[in-house]
Amino acid sequence: MDDDSRREQWLDEAAGPIVRPYAVTRGRTRPRGEKLDLVTILVATGRIASDRLAPEQRRLLTLCRRPCTLADLASELDLPLGVVQVLLGELHHNGLVEVRVPDLPAEQPDRRLLMRVLNDLRAL
Amino acid sequence: MTYAPYDPADGPRVALKILIAGGFGVGKTTMVGSVSEIRPLRTEEVLTDAGIGVDDINGVEAKNTTTVAMDFGRITFPDGIALYLFGTPGQQRFWFMWDELCYGAVGAVVLADTRRLTASFAAIDYFERRKTPFVVAVNCFDGGRRYGMDDIRSALDVDPDVPVILCDVRQRESAKKVLISLVEHAIKVGGP
Ligand SMILES: Nc1nc2c(ncn2[C@@H]2O[C@H](COP(=O)(O)OP(=O)(O)OP(=O)(O)O)[C@@H](O)[C@H]2O)c(=O)[nH]1
Ligand SMILES: [Mg+2]
Repeated sequence: MDDDSRREQWLDEAAGPIVRPYAVTRGRTRPRGEKLDLVTILVATGRIASDRLAPEQRRLLTLCRRPCTLADLASELDLPLGVVQVLLGELHHNGLVEVRVPDLPAEQPDRRLLMRVLNDLRAL
Repeated sequence: MTYAPYDPADGPRVALKILIAGGFGVGKTTMVGSVSEIRPLRTEEVLTDAGIGVDDINGVEAKNTTTVAMDFGRITFPDGIALYLFGTPGQQRFWFMWDELCYGAVGAVVLADTRRLTASFAAIDYFERRKTPFVVAVNCFDGGRRYGMDDIRSALDVDPDVPVILCDVRQRESAKKVLISLVEHAIKVGGP
């Protein structure tokens, strides 16, 4: 058995069968530009796409009329995170979506924000 | 920080991450589900293998991946802050995603089960090394021997200021308390 067919047959009980989810990204597995974080909030800019968009990218743009995070979008589209990261990276690169609040610059969210979260949780 | 009145239709204003970690079957999915609406989320595991994963000129790679389901939940507060919970599979081979999850995160909850505390050691090591604030939440499983807190602490061998709390994450209030103690801890160990 050659390597490829062995890989195709490989199954994983915990994770399911091997798939090739990157078909929708035309094989691109790495996002253009900076990698977007799972909780980066993105919003459509309203700019018209100059290139043809993949159907998934059109759906992403529609969903991004309301600010959404990468994690929200991946869950909504039921596509793996990495795939959505690539698709959104391209939209971001082409100015079709923008980051709503600047990405958390620090390794840690600031204290005042954490205090706020604490009060929110207590009030939950 | 002052916020203008918030309309949920505007989407989250600030989004923060919390990781829910721990060994196999410790209650990660249960915890995410009891404090938030759990939603499907998949990520992919790259099967590293010599000879694949090499970039060609177009950035197109021949990667073999398998999808992995994660626990994912969101709590949106009335002020527009959204807390995103991510539960990662317990097996060590799924750790490839932890670095990304940890970046900028509030911190992590390490769930542990008194019947097999060792299953959570790896997660504890990981967050200690990465200096991610974390709390250990010990699930009191039925049939598990009731240990004293001191015994559990010394078995876990965590830093004295790492909170170790007993919980039953099937209960929302208990799961909520775990999150509260994590945020309190993150505030305490965090910078200014
Ligand atoms: N007694 C008790 N049982 C619990 C508690 N939390 C979870 N369980 C039970 O433990 C079992 C496993 O819980 P899960 O939430 O699926 O655990 P998990 O960490 O997601 O498991 P994996 O994803 O398979 O690693 C379920 O049957 C839960 O009902 C708890 O706090 N107390
Ligand atoms: Mg689970």
